[in-house]
Amino acid sequence: MAECHPVGFQWVMEAKNRGAKIIHVDPRFTRTSALAHEHVALRAGSDIAFLGGLINYVLGNGKEFRDYVVAYTNAGAILREDYADAEDLDGLFSGFDPQTGRYDVTTWAYEGADPAPAAGERELWVHPDEEHGGEHHGRSARAESYGSGGATVHAKPIIDETLEHPRCVFQVLKRHYARYTPEAVADICGVSTRQFLDVAEAITANSGRRRTTAWVYSVGWTHHTVGVQYIRAASILQLLLGNIGRPGGGILALRGHASIQGSTDIPTLFNILPGYIPMPHAHQHLDLDMHVGLDAGATGFWGNMRSYTVSLLKAWWGEHATEDNDFRFDHLPRLTGDHGTYQTVYNQLSGKCKGYFLVGENPAVGSANGKLQRLGMANLDWLVVRDLQLIESATFWRDGPEIDTGELATEEIGTEVFFLPAASHVEKDGSFTNTQRLLQWHHKAIEPPGDSRSDLWFYYHLGRIIKQRLRDSTDPRDRPVRELTWSYPAHGPTDEPDAESVLAEINGSGPDGPLSAYTELTDDGSTSCGCWIYCGVYAGGQNHAADRVPGSEQDWVAARWAWAWPANRRILYNRASADPDGRPWSERKRYVWWDAEKAKWVSPDVPDFEATKPPDYVPPENAQAEDALAGNDPFIMQTDGKAWLFAPAGLTDGPLPTHYEPHESPVDNPLYAQQASPARQLFGGEHNRYNPVGSEVYPYAFTTYRLTEHHTAGGMSRALPYLSELQPEFFCEVSPALAEETGLEHGGWATIISARTAIEARVLVTERMKPLRVRGRTIHQVGLPYHWGPNGLSTGDSANDLLSVVLDPNVHIQEAKAATCDIRPGRRPRGGALPELVREYQRRAGIEGSET
Amino acid sequence: MGIRQWVEGWPVYRQLTGADRLGLGAAAQSERSRQWHARTEDADDVVRSVCPYCAVGCGQRVYVKDGAVSQIEGDPDSPISRGRLCPKGAASKQLVTSPSRVHNVLYRRPYGTEWESLSLDAAMDMIADRVIATRRETWEDTDENGVRLNRTEGIASLGGATLDNEENYLMKKLYTALGAVQIENQARI
Amino acid sequence: MSESGYADAQPRMGFFTDTSVCIGCKACEVACKEWNLVPAAGDASDMDLLGLSYDNTGDLGANSWRHVAFVEQQVPASRVDNLGMPAIGAPEQEDEAGVRWLMSSDVCKHCTHAACLDVCPTGALFRTEFDTVVVQPDICNGCGYCVPACPYGVIEKREEDGRAFKCTLCYDRIGDGLEPACAQACPTDSIQYGELDELRERAELRKQALHDDGVTEARLYGDDPDDGVGGDGAFFLLLDEPEAYGLPPDPVVTTRDLPAMWRRAGAAALGVAAAVVASFAGARR
Repeated sequence: MAECHPVGFQWVMEAKNRGAKIIHVDPRFTRTSALAHEHVALRAGSDIAFLGGLINYVLGNGKEFRDYVVAYTNAGAILREDYADAEDLDGLFSGFDPQTGRYDVTTWAYEGADPAPAAGERELWVHPDEEHGGEHHGRSARAESYGSGGATVHAKPIIDETLEHPRCVFQVLKRHYARYTPEAVADICGVSTRQFLDVAEAITANSGRRRTTAWVYSVGWTHHTVGVQYIRAASILQLLLGNIGRPGGGILALRGHASIQGSTDIPTLFNILPGYIPMPHAHQHLDLDMHVGLDAGATGFWGNMRSYTVSLLKAWWGEHATEDNDFRFDHLPRLTGDHGTYQTVYNQLSGKCKGYFLVGENPAVGSANGKLQRLGMANLDWLVVRDLQLIESATFWRDGPEIDTGELATEEIGTEVFFLPAASHVEKDGSFTNTQRLLQWHHKAIEPPGDSRSDLWFYYHLGRIIKQRLRDSTDPRDRPVRELTWSYPAHGPTDEPDAESVLAEINGSGPDGPLSAYTELTDDGSTSCGCWIYCGVYAGGQNHAADRVPGSEQDWVAARWAWAWPANRRILYNRASADPDGRPWSERKRYVWWDAEKAKWVSPDVPDFEATKPPDYVPPENAQAEDALAGNDPFIMQTDGKAWLFAPAGLTDGPLPTHYEPHESPVDNPLYAQQASPARQLFGGEHNRYNPVGSEVYPYAFTTYRLTEHHTAGGMSRALPYLSELQPEFFCEVSPALAEETGLEHGGWATIISARTAIEARVLVTERMKPLRVRGRTIHQVGLPYHWGPNGLSTGDSANDLLSVVLDPNVHIQEAKAATCDIRPGRRPRGGALPELVREYQRRAGIEGSET
Repeated sequence: MGIRQWVEGWPVYRQLTGADRLGLGAAAQSERSRQWHARTEDADDVVRSVCPYCAVGCGQRVYVKDGAVSQIEGDPDSPISRGRLCPKGAASKQLVTSPSRVHNVLYRRPYGTEWESLSLDAAMDMIADRVIATRRETWEDTDENGVRLNRTEGIASLGGATLDNEENYLMKKLYTALGAVQIENQARI
Repeated sequence: MSESGYADAQPRMGFFTDTSVCIGCKACEVACKEWNLVPAAGDASDMDLLGLSYDNTGDLGANSWRHVAFVEQQVPASRVDNLGMPAIGAPEQEDEAGVRWLMSSDVCKHCTHAACLDVCPTGALFRTEFDTVVVQPDICNGCGYCVPACPYGVIEKREEDGRAFKCTLCYDRIGDGLEPACAQACPTDSIQYGELDELRERAELRKQALHDDGVTEARLYGDDPDDGVGGDGAFFLLLDEPEAYGLPPDPVVTTRDLPAMWRRAGAAALGVAAAVVASFAGARR
């Protein structure tokens, strides 16, 4: 956190100063470790074993916050008799089909829940026999569609409040994690039992009615084939300890880009529409009814999905969207599987994808397996790059690494490239959504130079020109474009569209003007709203993202600085900060409580609950949407109002987090016969071969990371003199022991080799890197910051070129934080000798010519 | 500056006639130093902004003088950052004023070996042409079983996560109307 | 400071750099450069990986008015818990070494007795109404006398310019009631700016608090008015000996005897003034 979010770290230092214990769990000793009380240096890729060990410690020692767990989680829910756990099947859950590599999740449901209302409609992925042909790897994208609300369960579970029933979640959890003993943690993670127990004691002692513990993570947890399960493991731990929905608690994602949260809320992501509404699937969502019927929970706030969806369709197709035509639901394109960024690259290589827009993104450096990215771009018809600087993704055709190796030749690359200069943040109006879900407006200070334009300008005018061209088309496929609402006032010397008018559309409006809250949305077409969770940011026609009451003039919640979605709430699910009767769990951790006199919930924050629903409210039979949730159901986006220790739906790779080794690992999995996640998403091809498990050819583990002085793929830092001089070139970090073993010299050069490529880096030998004892062996880890490429002032090879494409099956994110390599002294070969070296390694590892 | 002022401003003169007998303080202060003040005081405009690097969302104040940025620093009013910035945030003026920043459209024709220049208007027209042509060429009305698809896999987009919400919104809206589904973002990377 | 002859003399202002909360982010280095328009490393040879942990600045100089030092130390595991810093990994044996990583942002000390100021023949260096020591670029003629005079090796001539440069404690900002750029940017408030008397009290309390927490290594550096430079306007809380951070353990003003000599020189003052005029005129050419 100190390394990548230094200014956020000031609050950790404040907490430390007030007596908080700071524990840093990271394979790498960073600037954060330097200031923490304890640094737990675990092996990259072993966190579920560590978290599982903590869960086991909590359950085995009765350290759970029992009242919270019973009231607010699904601990008491009874599971089906035919559910089989990883305990029973040596690392697999029931329903796995080894032929397809997929799970049938039917048996993971609650007992009594109707498992399949209609064949093939309810399930969370596409059955193999329904798979649309032609996908290279046809995972469905369904699981991650539930960003805001979790998956749907069309029945409330049978609950055993004593938590004693052998098939209740709590008992299943206990059995599942029983083998995650301190000794197992030590064996897998390379962490001593003493240090593990120190951490376990610290977090349990600091949780409960009077105290809360927070977990903070970044891509060190998400960049794994089991990334989603990492977060789930932390969720289980935090729920058992009662640390969710309470001040000082939570699982806090530190996001690395100014509006990466906003890019998910209003997604430029293939699988969702604004506000986490799923994109329709060709085989499941034939019309609007099926779309909302399947995805909306009948209970909980997702029960109103029809209103959110209809209002979105109204925002996009305006007067053309009517009840009679399903509000133009058929204008939406349909998904048939994974259409994510890595699948796109394979589509580029096969010639299916011909045109590509890169908008402030540098995949030649920032994505896994950079060569694959560059080869894909070299096979396009056309490429549009919008950026401030000539990034590597704009210049690969003249100076990419493959030009030097002879794998590509400039005059043979047919890609037509347009480089359009972009405006910087001070040259345009707009909002970023930060890591705390705060929309903060940045005001335009100056005009952008020359041809530089905002991306708002580019897309507005591109849309305007295309609409103009298609104005008289009679082709039905052009109707969604012709009918698209697209009138934003443009002004100034460059005809810049008014960003606030776009914000107003996102906020939504009804017959009486701008809407104030998403609860005002209707499904009759009388309201329009571009992103329901952002509804209220423009309440009263005022841009609340620009609210700027100084922090010094407010209480600590600071609700009048910017605007948080939803409804300007700063802590989500904060009803859980009070007990089932509505009283704070303790005065010390008081945040939201029921005021019986006023008959409403009160808080310095906006209560995340219906303001006047009393704690003793019991829903009537057959109640719908939020009315179906009781006064003590804090998790209002869940269909059952409970937080899920066990996920009966929504995940493709298991209902409980389970330790699997990274796809490329130097060791075996001591817990189960199943080595790696059975559902992980594999790709293939000659440029994406994988290092074998436990390979002596690629004997070392490596992990990638960032430095304070640079930013991601370097487009915003490597061209800046003041930042470049602080970290002038690419380097690797190794321990003295590894240096000794391999002959590396401090300040010298190293060549690092994987089955994908070989790169070179300057060597920093440092005591901060330390070999770990794992599975009775010494495991060395190589640390690689990934900011570099050949362009800019500070240059070097790209660490991500070493990575393979192997993905988490839920969210299709690459395993960038744990892989294997060889490292040896000296610079890498130049020209054709480089791919020859890579092939030589492949031959020795026995993978040359393999397709996966 | 007249000769008298010049002499009065002369350190030795001031040392010999003033209270600064050592001649190391006020007597040595030059006129420039006396007038020296924070350039932010001279700004024509102070604009509220947000740091474009990570997602902490530190407040920035952008000082503008004669149509150019003269300083960017932390906004002390922000309850998130309290006026502080990391090295990247502190370098954001260089992000704006970098000499290697490209100000004009560049074009590389198929199989070309060099960049060429192109007007912005021409580039926009050419890109619109290509979008329409590729969309027609790669359109899928239905799958082989006649199930509606309404889409193209011929066009893809990958955006950075420093895009504004309003920009992402227009992107998703336009691409979706065009039937492009491979619309992605750093958020998945 | 009435000694400096200001009608509107201000309380003495300074920096207290508390290295026990420094995260080594180098925001101070960049914020300083952005504000003071200090050149970046000029040529490729300056863009070199130094191999000094995460430090690629190396030292203070004409183009680095703030410099963050990174010190990687092995410490016996038995002492790790007492240092308020973690060991890497978890030694199973008590005698296995741990690691700690110290960071410290160095800066001009703005000495009470500033040798650079004493030796400056042109009056380019002067003591401000805030009792800070500042080079006036409109006067400096690049003679370079100040460079060897500094006991900390702070001030330096800028190659391509010829004149000497160093931290001004943001003289232009503090005159307008603003914090110096480095102190304002510092994410964890490791760099604190304020009235020196108040900072010294604060530093003493901080040191005591760390001692109470078992961090007995904490000590102040440059806070003592009786040290060889009469105390620093910019002083530090360190977690090891000053040498570990590249700081001189016992700095002494190189011109300690000069003031007395100056007074004795009495009548010769005009002669010195003549020399000043010569170099001053030279600077105006």
